[in-house]
Amino acid sequence: MSDAAVRNEWPLWEVFVRSKAGLDHKHCGSLHATDPQMAIQLARDVYTRRQEGTSIWVVRSDQITASDPGDKAAYFDPMADKVYRHPTFYELPKSLDHM
Amino acid sequence: MQASITVSRDPSVQYLLRIGDTCLILAQRLAEWCGHAPIVEEDIALSNMALDLVGQARAVLTRAGRLEAERGGEPHDEDQLAFLRDERDFRNITLVELPRGDFAATMLRNLAIAIFLELLWQRLEASSDTELAGIAGKAVKEARYHREHAADWVVRLGDGTAESKARMVAALDWLWPYVAEIFEGDGVDEQAASDRMGPRWSDLRDEWRARFAEVIVEAGLALPAERPFRSTGKNGRHSEHLGYILAEMQHLQRAFPGGVW
Repeated sequence: MSDAAVRNEWPLWEVFVRSKAGLDHKHCGSLHATDPQMAIQLARDVYTRRQEGTSIWVVRSDQITASDPGDKAAYFDPMADKVYRHPTFYELPKSLDHM
Repeated sequence: MQASITVSRDPSVQYLLRIGDTCLILAQRLAEWCGHAPIVEEDIALSNMALDLVGQARAVLTRAGRLEAERGGEPHDEDQLAFLRDERDFRNITLVELPRGDFAATMLRNLAIAIFLELLWQRLEASSDTELAGIAGKAVKEARYHREHAADWVVRLGDGTAESKARMVAALDWLWPYVAEIFEGDGVDEQAASDRMGPRWSDLRDEWRARFAEVIVEAGLALPAERPFRSTGKNGRHSEHLGYILAEMQHLQRAFPGGVW
């Protein structure tokens, strides 16, 4: 986003919330804010008001590089018939409960 | 119509009512932003803070109502104290009953009150009243967040555009005369201090001023000069604005006594 655009509209931020220690941050939504500090505070008010979080990450949406929806078929369809990539073909030791 | 209750004049009860009513009336003012804030995220933030303050008011008023009975008076619950008291029996500082103003005024008032409440709750964590100490331990975290939120906005607006700065200057000019009341001492404060229930509010003045001035200076603003005017809400003599808040807040319970959702 150009500086002129930032002056006229607050940039968009993606919000990631960690629900408890040990778990990973999960994307939960986005919001507009002028700077990182404000983005964190607003994320706190919008996305953690029902005890959803113990930690928040925010990142400018325009800093994220995403895959092209047009590549979806080429990228992801070939995996549909490769069930052998799942670990269900292997005998697991009993001590491994959560594969 | 449901008749008004008579509230104990015990100084310790009055001390609690000053805290509980200040939280309750500011909550009413902040709730007026619901659906009207400049952006949806702030709309939610202001409603969250209003609910924090309602929670604090409920806890403190509940304690005040029980203390009335302990001091030989008639006990009251939080709802009776909120909905069945006349204007003259409310003990909130006048600052919180003033109209919500624009967003700059709302943020400046929140900053003034949040700094004050944070200092107050910190002291009350050591209160001889263990229930009040427990309430303070929870509330101090909320006040800290309210202070951070308001301080960021005051700096952002004061140090922002010509328009935002002009609004912040106007807000400071309007609200500043009402700050002095907070730190006016009297017998209620003396009783609380001698019982170790809580600090004299006047003892918080210097630290409040230092913290408030720090934000004001960072915002590129200056504290206005002191004026002789003193508001008197803490003693039950309010501005013309409180009656309208109470009319809206109380009319349902007055018309339908004990009505619930």
